Amino acid sequence: MGFIWFWLVAVMIVGYVVLDGFDLGVGVLHLFLTRTEAERKATLASIGPVWDGNEVWLLAGGGTLYFAFPLLYASAFSGFYLPLMIVLWLLILRGISLELRNHIEVGVWRSLLDGVFGFASTLLIIFFGAALANVIRGVPLQPDGYFFLPLWTNWLPGPHPGILDWYTVIGGLVALAALTMHGALWLTIKTSSQLGGRAHRIVAPLWILVSALTVVSLIATIIVRPETLNNYFNYPFTFVIPVGVVASLVGVLFLNSKEQPLKAFLCSCLYLFFMLAGACWGLYPTLLPATTGAANDITLTRAISGPHTLAVGLVWWIFGMAMAVGYVVFVYTKFRGKVDLMPGRH
Amino acid sequence: MSSELIHRLHFAFTITFHYLFPQLTMGLGLLIVILKSVALKTGGEEWDRAARFWGRIFAINFVFGVVTGIPMEFEFGTNWARFSALSGGVIGQPLAMEGVFSFFLESAFLGLFLYGEKRISKLMHWFSAVMVFVGSWISGYFIIVTDAWMQHPVAFDRLPNGQFEVLSFWHLLLNPWALLQYAHNMTGAVVTGSFVMAAVGAFYLLEKRREQYGRIFLKVGVIVGVIASILIIFPTGDMHGKYVAHNQPAAMAGMEGLFRTETGAGIVLIGQPNEVTGQIDNPIVVNDMLSLLIYGTTKAEVKGLDQFPQDQWPTALPLLFYAYHIMAGLGTWFVLLMSVSAFLLWRGQLYKAQWVLWALLLSFPLPYIANTAGWMTAELGRQPWLIYGLMRTSDGYSNTVSAGNGLFTLLGFMGLYALLGLLFTVLIYREIEHGPEPKVVEAIPAD
Repeated sequence: MGFIWFWLVAVMIVGYVVLDGFDLGVGVLHLFLTRTEAERKATLASIGPVWDGNEVWLLAGGGTLYFAFPLLYASAFSGFYLPLMIVLWLLILRGISLELRNHIEVGVWRSLLDGVFGFASTLLIIFFGAALANVIRGVPLQPDGYFFLPLWTNWLPGPHPGILDWYTVIGGLVALAALTMHGALWLTIKTSSQLGGRAHRIVAPLWILVSALTVVSLIATIIVRPETLNNYFNYPFTFVIPVGVVASLVGVLFLNSKEQPLKAFLCSCLYLFFMLAGACWGLYPTLLPATTGAANDITLTRAISGPHTLAVGLVWWIFGMAMAVGYVVFVYTKFRGKVDLMPGRH
Repeated sequence: MSSELIHRLHFAFTITFHYLFPQLTMGLGLLIVILKSVALKTGGEEWDRAARFWGRIFAINFVFGVVTGIPMEFEFGTNWARFSALSGGVIGQPLAMEGVFSFFLESAFLGLFLYGEKRISKLMHWFSAVMVFVGSWISGYFIIVTDAWMQHPVAFDRLPNGQFEVLSFWHLLLNPWALLQYAHNMTGAVVTGSFVMAAVGAFYLLEKRREQYGRIFLKVGVIVGVIASILIIFPTGDMHGKYVAHNQPAAMAGMEGLFRTETGAGIVLIGQPNEVTGQIDNPIVVNDMLSLLIYGTTKAEVKGLDQFPQDQWPTALPLLFYAYHIMAGLGTWFVLLMSVSAFLLWRGQLYKAQWVLWALLLSFPLPYIANTAGWMTAELGRQPWLIYGLMRTSDGYSNTVSAGNGLFTLLGFMGLYALLGLLFTVLIYREIEHGPEPKVVEAIPAD
C-alpha cells in the first residue's frame, strides 16, 4: 500500500509540474519575448483558460500527501515554513496580476502587472526547484520528526544547511531553464506569426542551457547524496530512467527543428517526468532524508497513514482522478488551436 | 506574544479574509444559473447579458477566492503541524477530495463558461454555468465535512502511535453535524449573493441608469433573498442551534452568555458579558425564551457555564457572545428587509420605493458580517478544543515555528491582503460602473 501511495503522490507532482510548468514558463518569457500589446494578450490568452486548473494539481497533490503521509506533510510544511509562505505570496501575486490584466486598460498599470507576473513566475520556479533539491539533500530532522530551516546559513549543504545553498540553487536553476523551455514550446504550439517564430527560435539556446544544467545537477546530486545511486545499482534496469532523460531531451531538440512543436512539447513533458521519477526513485523508500543521521529519516513506513484510511482513500481517489483527467482532456480539446486566431473574450 | 496565539491569529485572519470570496462565489453560482435558465427559456438577450455581467464579477471574485484559498490548505501543515500529523488521515481526506472532485470540475467549466461562449451551444453554455455552481457547492461541502469532524468527531479510531484514522467513508461524509452546518452555511452564502445582486439593482434604479437591468437584479435578488433569509433562521439555524446545545453545551452557554444554570432560561438580546462577576451587564432579556427555543418548553433547564470546569469554557467568551448576537441580530434584519421588499415587489411598487431601495443598497455588507460572525461563533464555541473533546488547541500548533517567524508571515499576509482588498473593491466597482451592456468585441471568426 505504501508503495502505491508513494507513486500516486509522485504522479500528482509530475502532473503539476508538467501542466503548471508551462504556464510558469510562459510567465518567465512573457516580458522578453513579446513586442506588442497584441502579442502580450496572445501570450496570456494561451494560458488564460487553463492556469487555475493547472494549479489545482498542486492543491489535490498536497491534499493527497496530507492524508496518505500526515507526518511528512506536518514535518515538511512546518520545517519549510518561510519558503512556503513566500511561495504562497508569489502564487497570490501571480494569480491576481494575471486576472487583473484582463480588466485594466491603463498602460502603466499593465506594465506593472506584466512585471509582477514575470517576477513571481520566475521566483516560483526557482523556489520549486530548490524545494525538490532540499528534499533530495535532506534536512536536519530531530528524533521527533520535526525540523525548522532558515532561508540560508553558510550556503553549504552540510549537517546544518539552509533552504538555499549551492546545491539547492543549482536545483532552482535547472527548474528555471527546463520550465522556460517548456513554456517556449507551449507558445510555439499556441501562437502563430512572429511571436510563435521567436518562441520557436529560443528553444535551441535554452536547450543547451537545460542539457548543461541537467548534467551539472546529476553530478552535484551524486556528490551531495551518493546514496541516491543505491536503488539504481540494486535494480540496474531502472537505469532506463536516465536514458529516458537523455532520449527525451534529444527528442525536444530534434522535433523542434523539424517544426513539430506538439511532439517536441510532449518530449519536454517526458523529460520532466523522467527527471522527477529519477529523483523519486533515488529517494525511495525514504521520503525526507535527515542530515542528522539515517535513524532520523522520515521513511515510508514511518509516515504512512493507517490501513483503513488508505483503503478508503484509494477507492475515491481512483474514481475522482479518472474524472479529473477527463475534464483536463475536455478543456484542452475545447481550447486547442492558435490563440491569436481565436475570438477574444467577450 | 505566545506562538499559540500567533498561529491562531494567523489562521483566523487568513481564513476570515478568504471566506469573504467563496460565500459570494457559491451564492452567485446559484443566481447565475437562474439568470441563464430564464435566458435559455425565454431567449431574452437582456437575461443573457445580465448573466454575462454577473459572470465577470464572479470571475474576479473566483480568482480572489482561489489565491486566498491556497494558503488555507498549506497552513494546516505550516502552522498546525502537530494537529496535522495526528489527524491528517481523517481530515486530509475531505481536503484532498475537494481538489479532486470539485476544483477540477469547477476550473474546467469556469474556463468554458467565461472564454467559450462563442465556441459552444447555448445549452452547453447553460450546462457549464450549472457545473460551476455544482462544483462550488461540492467544494463547500468538503470544507464543512472537515470542520464538522473537528466539531463533532465521528467514524474514527486511534492507531497505537496516536494518529486518528477513518473507519467509514460514508459516516465521515454524512456526519450529522456536517449536514446541518452545510444547510445553514449554504443558505448564508445565498443570502450574501442575493443581497449583493439586489444592491446593484437598487443602485441602478436609484441612479436612473440601466433600469431594465436594475429591475432584473432586484427581482431575482429579492425573490431568492426572501426565501434564503427565512431558511437561514428556520429550519436551518434553529436545527443547527439545537444540535450545538445538545452536543456542545458549554459552547451554547457561552454564546448565550448563560453563566448560571437556569430553569426557564431567558434569552439576552443585548448586554456585555462580565467574566469577573459572572453575569451580563445591562441586559435586555426575554424571559423563558432560551428554554423554549432549545427544548420547546418554557420550563426546561438550560446548562450554564457553572456546570463546566473553567478549563473547558470557551477561551474567548465575550467575543463568542458578541459574534453570535451579531449574527442573530443581522439575520433578523435580513428577514424584515427582504419581506418588505418582496411584498412591494408583489404589489409592483418596489422599483419606485426609494427608501427600500436605499436600505437594500446599504445593506449589502451586512451578510458578509453575519457569515463571518457565524463562523466565529462555530470556531470560538469549539474552543478550547481543536478536535472537540479529544485534542486541545494548545497541543496542535507547530511548536517548531517560533512566534517571531509566525508574526513575520502574519504581517506579510496583512499587508498583502490589504492590497488585495483595495484592488478587489476597485475592480468590482469598475464592472458595476461599466454595467451589463456588451463591451466592444474584438472578435475574429473562429477556425
